Amino acid sequence: MKLIFEKSVKGRKCDILPKLDVEPVALPENLKRAVAPHLPEMSETDVSRHYTELNKQVHGVNSGFYPLGSCTMKYNPRIDEEAAALEGFTSVHPLAPKSTVRGSLEVLDTLREDLCEITGMDGMTFQPAAGAHGEFTGVLLIKQYHDSKNDKKRTKIIVPDSAHGTNPATAAMCGYQVVNIPSAPNGCVDLEELKKVLGDDTAGLMLTNPNTVGIFDENILEITKLVHEAGGLCYYDGANLNAIMGVVRPGDMGFDCVHLNLHKTFATPHGGGGPGAGAVGCKEFLKPFLPHSALMEMPGRIQVRGFMGNFLVCVRALAYVMTLGREGIPEASTNAVLNANYLMQKIKGTFTPAFDRICMHEFVLDLSGYEKETGVSALDVAKSLIDYGMHPPTMYFPLIVHEALMLEPTETESIETLDWAADVFRTLYELGKTDPDFMHNAPHHTPIGRPDEVKAARNPIVRYTFA
Amino acid sequence: MTINPEMKYSRDHEWVKEENGLCVIGISDFAQDALGDLVFVNLPEVGDAVTAGEAFGDVESVKAVSDLLCPVTGTVAEINEELLDAPEKLNEDPYGAWIIKVSDVTATEDLLDAAAYEAFCAEA
Amino acid sequence: MGSYVPSTEEQRREMLEAIGLKDVRELYRDVPESMILNRPLDLPEGKSELEVRNAMTAMAAKNTVFQTVLRGAGAYDHYIPSIVKYIPAKEEFLTAYTPYQAEISQGVLQSIFEYQTMIAELTGMDASNASVYDGATAAAEAAAMCRDRKRRVTLISATAHPDVINTVRTYCYGTNDELVVVPAKDGRTDTEALKAMLNDGVASFYVQQPNFFGLFEDADAIAEIVHAAGAMFVMGCNPIALAIMKTPRDCGADVAVGEGQPLGMPIGFGGPYLGFMATTMKHIRKLPGRIVGETTDHDGNRAYVLSLQAREQHIRREKASSNICSNEALCALTAGLYMATMGPDGMAEVANQCMAKAHYLANALCRLDGVKLRYDGAFFHEFLLDMPKTAEIEKALMEKGILSGLPYEGGMLWCVTEKVSKETLDTVVSVVKEVLA
Repeated sequence: MKLIFEKSVKGRKCDILPKLDVEPVALPENLKRAVAPHLPEMSETDVSRHYTELNKQVHGVNSGFYPLGSCTMKYNPRIDEEAAALEGFTSVHPLAPKSTVRGSLEVLDTLREDLCEITGMDGMTFQPAAGAHGEFTGVLLIKQYHDSKNDKKRTKIIVPDSAHGTNPATAAMCGYQVVNIPSAPNGCVDLEELKKVLGDDTAGLMLTNPNTVGIFDENILEITKLVHEAGGLCYYDGANLNAIMGVVRPGDMGFDCVHLNLHKTFATPHGGGGPGAGAVGCKEFLKPFLPHSALMEMPGRIQVRGFMGNFLVCVRALAYVMTLGREGIPEASTNAVLNANYLMQKIKGTFTPAFDRICMHEFVLDLSGYEKETGVSALDVAKSLIDYGMHPPTMYFPLIVHEALMLEPTETESIETLDWAADVFRTLYELGKTDPDFMHNAPHHTPIGRPDEVKAARNPIVRYTFA
Repeated sequence: MTINPEMKYSRDHEWVKEENGLCVIGISDFAQDALGDLVFVNLPEVGDAVTAGEAFGDVESVKAVSDLLCPVTGTVAEINEELLDAPEKLNEDPYGAWIIKVSDVTATEDLLDAAAYEAFCAEA
Repeated sequence: MGSYVPSTEEQRREMLEAIGLKDVRELYRDVPESMILNRPLDLPEGKSELEVRNAMTAMAAKNTVFQTVLRGAGAYDHYIPSIVKYIPAKEEFLTAYTPYQAEISQGVLQSIFEYQTMIAELTGMDASNASVYDGATAAAEAAAMCRDRKRRVTLISATAHPDVINTVRTYCYGTNDELVVVPAKDGRTDTEALKAMLNDGVASFYVQQPNFFGLFEDADAIAEIVHAAGAMFVMGCNPIALAIMKTPRDCGADVAVGEGQPLGMPIGFGGPYLGFMATTMKHIRKLPGRIVGETTDHDGNRAYVLSLQAREQHIRREKASSNICSNEALCALTAGLYMATMGPDGMAEVANQCMAKAHYLANALCRLDGVKLRYDGAFFHEFLLDMPKTAEIEKALMEKGILSGLPYEGGMLWCVTEKVSKETLDTVVSVVKEVLA
């Protein structure tokens, strides 16, 4: 479809502002722009039609099944949107006097209390804007803690090889050397490998539990104990919290700090890549290291962004937690786990689970055998799913499983959807054996076919060029 | 897969050739084939010290990045800047598209000749 | 109570049976018994939608909604056209994930490509990324992209927003790099001090345009000084001002960043906002975060993809220069939509009106006894006044539904946008006059 610039007509515009009612003031000559920016010139109808056309070429959670592993694509309730759109929230200046923002502070205080209870933590900041930003903040808590003890020899962060890429990238951004440890054959932390690398240079361990293959690490108490004995701290990556809310808490597993992806577990929408919110919780002894904000009255030394954080995302999360409440929170998690196990059970017999056992909220298929047999790769299967109206699972992750497809159905899908999804997988399993070429060329029913990514990367065209 | 008989090879699939007192380094046909379509090369700077067995740069495909491991210890004398604009040369002509030239070589990995490298690749 | 779980009791039993289990508790058999939470969560009971709506409305009502906001300092109360509020609420835009699967994400990808183009146009740069969290993190990421093995020190002007200085300092603390604040002189960067502080260990210098006090810096002169020392020049710009102001590219900047909130996002108690980042083609591979590129599919159709991904954390892991994953895509869409709705003339009109009205208020207030501009020189839509009784002024204006300028270091930092009418500004002046009388 045409770009917005290709629809622009010189002289066309929307009528938005009244005439200036005071004397104009000109910018000094030396500060003026040489030429006006090329921005689209459109009527409001043009604008509306253009974005509506774009919106049709987007698959959202509302469009259909979205089992994107590790991303917790659950339904995003509309009431949460409505709450976040209340003028009493949207029109509040972050630096308005405290007495005029009591409602906003109540939102944050209530959400903090609730999420601390769910995670077993004592303090929490909402400043981080996303999961990775939360990781950065959390690991800086660890860094400040060691610095406060003048313990300069702790230069290493341990990360299992099954971790999300953000974990090692975060540790590096916090000035730490990353020690990758290989996973045990069951995908969990290998205790012997862990012991080998622990020492007085260990600053901490970053861990997801359940881990990225969807298994709860049964040795978790032993793991956190070993790290603590070595003088390190334990960081909980909350990407997979949706499996365990109300059942078991990171704080009770021995973790010292944790980040939560409010845009995963707490149902705030992903917006095509953001904004999210990466709340960071911590135990009492780390509270003095939580971030502050330069122009607001808060204690603290570090600041990871402007003001308080993605407040309107927090409003959505609070509306969600309020809706679920005491019983709904664990009900969401147990049903997420039930749905994942049910779907795995229904797919089993065609594609092979990488770990054939009870899983948590997600599971990984290993297509390496199937690929050898048919030449049809995980990518081919993923692209073929699109033609059935299903968003593909996460592909080629975690790295410890070859030809991986990682599925996370979430609790908001019905048994009918799961049965349908299993049927689609079964159909493709058979199709790959009879007509692999058809799958190599999938998808067949989308506005574009597979794009040439090599061309895009070799000769980057990242903006429209005006004639 | 082709193996150029004029070069020697490391077990990490880099080739090495002596030319005018410099060690010329590139990647083998086997390597480029395994890496797939390359889209970018990160090169060191002239004057940088390189160490045998350690990374001197990396190559990017669309979905992966791989370290380039140096087969020799020395100083970077020249870099092939042409690759910055045309990384595809590594795919199209791996033995012509050299990556760096190293001077003051003080140590060299135990390298394989063409025949030994062919056998090595066959096992891989 | 609702949990958005569609399965009925009976269906759950059926599913459990299919898995070969009797009780949902068996799903958690890997969790050590001792760790299982053996009590209900200490949370209130779940609520119906109507109750939630009422509770949230009650909380929102505890905030004061000011009809007029004369406070900026990093969060700017511009008029948001109606269409700019409605379109990002479309459910597909709203609920999609990062567009990894290009074939079913062309809408998001194209919207980002268009946003990148508009940011490049505003800044005069070649390339923009798909956004980072906010203006402060954009400045911190820019500092990181300018560092190399030899040049590690970051310089920042004392006239930058305090949140930006703090955030850049925090990111530098992370990588164990040094941040040095270049002092201000008369409300602007002290260029003599800057000259003296530059050396071959300095990677970059950051200046904000207009700066925290609303004043225009001499960006051309700064660019020359910074480049003479071999360092990179990063400019943090107000995107509304950019509609009429000399572009960072023309000033000589290597990287342009800024807070995109004024482009159609509500002030919303601090977020979500939008960090924009743009640079020249030379440095494109150092840009952090997602970048959308144009290509073709196998039939030659134009197509958009997430490109240059090998820079990013999911591929480069500990060698990535940034860990950013989620960004502010929907805010970028909003910004693009805002710029398309306003158009080049509308954007310039917003900028001109802000500037004219700010000068009108500044002049009128300065006619009052005991009130004067703390710093001379050209300013955009913010200005710092030396004035007494700031607490009383804040309170008196509040009673009229007006949020005053920000009390700051014994004075007040005022901001006027296109939303405020002359009539309201006159009211402000008379209220202040009364307090000071």
